[in-house]
Amino acid sequence: MKANCWYGKTSLSVEEVPDPQILNQRDAIVKISSTAICGSDLHLYNGFIPTMQKGDIMGHEFMGEVVEIGREVTNLKVGDRVVVPFPIACGKCFFCQDQMFSLCENSNPNAWMGEKMFGHAASGIFGYSHLTGGYAGGQAEYARVPFADVGPIKVPSHLSDEQVLFLSDIFPTGYMGAEMCDIKPGDTIAIWGCGPVGQFSIRSAFLLGAERVIAIDGIPERLLMAEEGGAETINYEEQNVYEALMEMTGGRGPDACIDDVGMEAHAPAAIFAYDRIKQAMMLETDRPHALREAIMCCRNGGTVSVIGVYGGFIDKFPIGSVMQRSLTIKTGQAHVQRYMRPLLEMIEKGDIDPTFVVTHRLPLEEAPHGYDIFNNKQDNCIKVVLKPDWSSNGNGNGVTKDSYTIVH
Amino acid sequence: MSTNVEGMRSGRTTSAYDEGANYFTERARPGLPSTSAKRLANGLGWFSIGLGLAELLAPKAMANISGVSKERTGLIRLYGLRELAAGITIFAQEKPTEGVWSRVAGDALDLASLGAAAANPETKKGRLAFATANVLAVTALDVICAMQLSNGNRGIHAEGSCVVNRAPEEVYQFWRNFQNLPRFMRHLESVEDHGGGRSHWKAKGPAGMEVEWDATIIADVPNEVITWRSLENSDVDNAGAVRFERAAGNRGTIIKVNLEYNPIGGPLGAAIAKLFGEEPEQQLDDDLRRFKQMMEVGEVVVSDATLLGTGYMEQRPARPAAASELEGAESLPSQTATNYDSQRRTMPQ
Repeated sequence: MKANCWYGKTSLSVEEVPDPQILNQRDAIVKISSTAICGSDLHLYNGFIPTMQKGDIMGHEFMGEVVEIGREVTNLKVGDRVVVPFPIACGKCFFCQDQMFSLCENSNPNAWMGEKMFGHAASGIFGYSHLTGGYAGGQAEYARVPFADVGPIKVPSHLSDEQVLFLSDIFPTGYMGAEMCDIKPGDTIAIWGCGPVGQFSIRSAFLLGAERVIAIDGIPERLLMAEEGGAETINYEEQNVYEALMEMTGGRGPDACIDDVGMEAHAPAAIFAYDRIKQAMMLETDRPHALREAIMCCRNGGTVSVIGVYGGFIDKFPIGSVMQRSLTIKTGQAHVQRYMRPLLEMIEKGDIDPTFVVTHRLPLEEAPHGYDIFNNKQDNCIKVVLKPDWSSNGNGNGVTKDSYTIVH
Repeated sequence: MSTNVEGMRSGRTTSAYDEGANYFTERARPGLPSTSAKRLANGLGWFSIGLGLAELLAPKAMANISGVSKERTGLIRLYGLRELAAGITIFAQEKPTEGVWSRVAGDALDLASLGAAAANPETKKGRLAFATANVLAVTALDVICAMQLSNGNRGIHAEGSCVVNRAPEEVYQFWRNFQNLPRFMRHLESVEDHGGGRSHWKAKGPAGMEVEWDATIIADVPNEVITWRSLENSDVDNAGAVRFERAAGNRGTIIKVNLEYNPIGGPLGAAIAKLFGEEPEQQLDDDLRRFKQMMEVGEVVVSDATLLGTGYMEQRPARPAAASELEGAESLPSQTATNYDSQRRTMPQ
């Protein structure tokens, strides 16, 4: 089969690899119909996540048709159309039974790596380094899905791929980011990052009862998409974020802040340079600008929800601000399995149509091009969906059908 | 101690339990060095630090004393650092076995360098012979001390624990059925239960070596503890204990394992095995993780990268393997006969 494989920093290759097979008795093999590039894939692409190995298959947002099942899978049958959640979870351990699926104790055979790096290991994740289990990812024609009796959710045929694909990650992730804010009616929520996850956080915050959402980014098309979702916006390239937020909230600050950015934050030049140099010199692994700012801006007694991905260590962490002002920090990889069903119901009811976020559709073969434009924010790229069954037109630009283009 | 295991299991569980408990109190800190070996090690530690400082700060004088070329001061400084490291290691460890063995390795390097210096025309032969004799004397002391420390050592000790989301009764039952152990202990090939507390074990040693031993149960308290040790004529002398404790809040069972064994090839063999990533505690942790998977999931969980093992050196790319790549690999869970969970389901309750 064809698969998008990692070969080093910004080096990807779509190549022929062996087809997956059933390895555990609760596995299923899924023929992939749609698979997306996630913002967190860019951390691998840019070489910030350790324990990648040459030839690793990328991708953890995918869906398709069940073509084979292991002996112990009783809830699925061949031919079912399913969306696969990115965390791999056994459903039997202490954390799975507590609905904290991304902390599954049994799905990461390389847990020792996580223990060395983080003190304890988290669950396995598809296509996301050896630290998270070393599972082949879903940017391929087929994928082996472990614990198929726990993760994949069947989706009705009247919903299109793009309506349900993002149940695999970014919709539940954005939703959990908002849910962790414990939103009360009338709340004002500030959201750092208007990438795909940020866009879903904006819409989820409104669904959960927020009155105002203020979205922060530096890229015009992303801010425009945020405004289309009902948010007020701050462009950090043009305004001082702290001052703008204080002005908008009468000096009190937003009730809760969501960091939808993570370890590769961009910021005004001087601070960006400071963290980027430290990162390059390995003095810190992550660039925590958004997180620092979210903490400083949050109102007294408010909540800072960290759903953007961090992988290592930061410095200049304003713990004094957190402690002195009674802030609550909540964080975690999304427990996707917990949210898939309720969010699918919202999609079916028409409360939200996740297709708004897609800007590019490319054949799987043009995945490297997709990463390039997504990483460099070219061509108004916000979200790329890859189609394994489309063929490339060979010009390197991909077949872009119904491309979502924002007119400035 | 090993006799009448059946009797202990049926009628005298209290005394069996006492033996199990004694095992831990007596052996809680196995293999502390004898005082004389420790004193000798301290002496060698001070010697290392003194010589190290001299080599580091006055390499020319040291070259002069030992008769080697004065152009060798860089190398002598480097050797000084090595001596300092060995000295610090000796003082940092309660049982400085590695520190002293590292001194033995350093002595070998010194002797090799002095041998090489003999070929250099600038070398003063008389002084060189004097220096070599001194190093040989110290080498003898180092070897004696290291051997004493290693003999006092009962071997390698590994401890590990995990929590399993199942009742102690169930976890004990699975473990007590020794034939189950090779299903999650990667180095075990097979265990045959001969009854009467006796069993025969086959395992893979380093470099594909086959090792075998007979073992006997020392204490067996259902749902609480099993301890065992190997009998005479074992390829690997070993002893072990596993305890089962109900976790707080009835959240399953805490399993605690202690293992001791004399490594194949002695301390040197163990050091070489370590170089190849065979870290005893890591092995035990990985085995316990697989045990937990067996109990909770029903089988050992594999990913593409860990088809050949979870060690750093065993990782393969996270992509499906071609059939040819898996030749000679252990059989995959999907190919093995049973799933623990389905066994449970079909078992008459």
